[in-house]
Amino acid sequence: MNEKAKKIVKRIFISTVALVTALTLIGGCSRRESGTGSEQRFITIKGSDTMVHLASSWAETFMKHNTDIEVSVTGGGSGTGIAALLNGTTDICAASRKIKNKELQLALEKNIHPHEITVAKDGIAVVVHPDNPVKELTLEQLSKIFTDESLRWSDVGGPDQPIIVLSRESSSGTYVFFQEMVLKKQDYMQDAKLMPATSAIIQSVSTDKWAIGYVGLGYALAAEDKVKIIAVKEDANSPAVMPSDQTVKSGQYPIARPLYLYLNGEPKGTVKEFIDFCLSVKGQAIVQDTGYVAIQ
Amino acid sequence: MIKAVWKEKAVKLMLFATASTSILIVIGIFVFVGKEAGHFAVEPGLQELFGSRWMPVSFQKESYGLLPLITGSLLVTALATALTIPFGVGAAVYIAELARPAEREVLKPFIEILAGIPSVVIGFFGLVVLVPLIKSIFNLSTGLTALAGGVLLALMAIPTVVSISEDAIRSVPSSFKAASLALGASKMQTIWKVTVPAALPGIVAAIMLGIGRVIGETMAVMMVTGNAAVINTSPFDSVRTMTATIAAEMGEVAFGSIHYRALFCVGIVLLLATFGLNLIAQRFLKRYRMG
Repeated sequence: MNEKAKKIVKRIFISTVALVTALTLIGGCSRRESGTGSEQRFITIKGSDTMVHLASSWAETFMKHNTDIEVSVTGGGSGTGIAALLNGTTDICAASRKIKNKELQLALEKNIHPHEITVAKDGIAVVVHPDNPVKELTLEQLSKIFTDESLRWSDVGGPDQPIIVLSRESSSGTYVFFQEMVLKKQDYMQDAKLMPATSAIIQSVSTDKWAIGYVGLGYALAAEDKVKIIAVKEDANSPAVMPSDQTVKSGQYPIARPLYLYLNGEPKGTVKEFIDFCLSVKGQAIVQDTGYVAIQ
Repeated sequence: MIKAVWKEKAVKLMLFATASTSILIVIGIFVFVGKEAGHFAVEPGLQELFGSRWMPVSFQKESYGLLPLITGSLLVTALATALTIPFGVGAAVYIAELARPAEREVLKPFIEILAGIPSVVIGFFGLVVLVPLIKSIFNLSTGLTALAGGVLLALMAIPTVVSISEDAIRSVPSSFKAASLALGASKMQTIWKVTVPAALPGIVAAIMLGIGRVIGETMAVMMVTGNAAVINTSPFDSVRTMTATIAAEMGEVAFGSIHYRALFCVGIVLLLATFGLNLIAQRFLKRYRMG
């Protein structure tokens, strides 16, 4: 290597070291102090995109009553929230699915003890175009629609038309829940169109006459003028049930899931105040207002 | 005296550091992405990537075949390029050579505004307006197709192509045109036989930059192509692109899992594709400059 090249390599090395040092310093400073004592004035909630609206409504009302406490809410998905809980970068994790065994193991290795609190329930509504004559489907028919590419509407009581299957992206907690609960853990068919957001599913179902998709109950009810909600039967002999607050709460509507908050250990101090607020009459009224189902 | 020398050296070093930052970042990205993808080569092995099934979240068996994603990206990019070239170059020729000054004053800013629209907004426009339009024009059961993605991407690439091609065409020396006209060539003949060929290196560079934007674009494509991971070559079917896959799945994937590493493999393929495209573009430019 000649002198010049050596010099350049040396310079690059020095600048790298400088850059890394600078980044480390910046990173070190921005790490916020953690602590769950009663004097804590700042709470972070991170996790499920499904729950962002609910969590921020809680946070707003909570902060109105406790002006000295600040609650910040971010989404990113249930997995992201749980990862943040394990890394200690959030106080509360909002999750639309249960913590996985793998994640639980990882938590215990890091000496973090996830504490689960059920705060609300969410029904998943199956939606089709308003002109589609199909009104009700059994869970088995739904499972076939989402897994079998050769199925047509005529196989489930409709006209002889192809079925356009719309699903959420695989990163969504709803995708996994629907796969587990309705598809009985089978794979979605490869032809299924994966939409990046609930609004995209509503939009497509409202314009594509032979499309079918699934969305959270709150979104479906809000868009009832654009899409038709399908009544679901547990099996061929049971009654068809429309999703609603009552049927989800009572367990009659089969496609429903609990929504959770996860903490590290038992709630205490300010975090406990917040959790208590979520479970209070006022907090559960907010659950209703944002389109989910109260548990109390 | 010595102090002054040191000061100068320090300033020089600092400037050198800022100048070499981009090189460091490129190397850093290659190393980081390569490292994660390397883990995938060990477990479960690279042959897994050659499958034709992308099903990363499954209770049965996860598959990480990249073929549907690669063909998806290729198809959308090819469609977008085919639409961009005539519209982009045509508009550039018009603005540079034929438009009256007043027309240019209106056309240019509007095309530049198109470049500034956030891709999510373009994507939403595509979902609400373009997708139903494609569905009814071609009489399809759904408009969520590769074609919709191609049209949106062309919309985003055209401003780049117009603006750079127009500069290239305008920088052709006016003596060329004068000579051609003096020889009795008509205005159109001059444009197509003299001006455009002389500006070709710049036009090729403009197209390459446009394609570069197209391959890397994520949000708009994700909204309108349906994202079904199936191999197909028809513009009227749904496709899943590599960028959309990374964007949609990275947020939720468990850190360090096989799925996480598979996404880095997708990233490597994407990185190599854009890298190759840049190399080709530079070769082209050199050849035309020499000729």
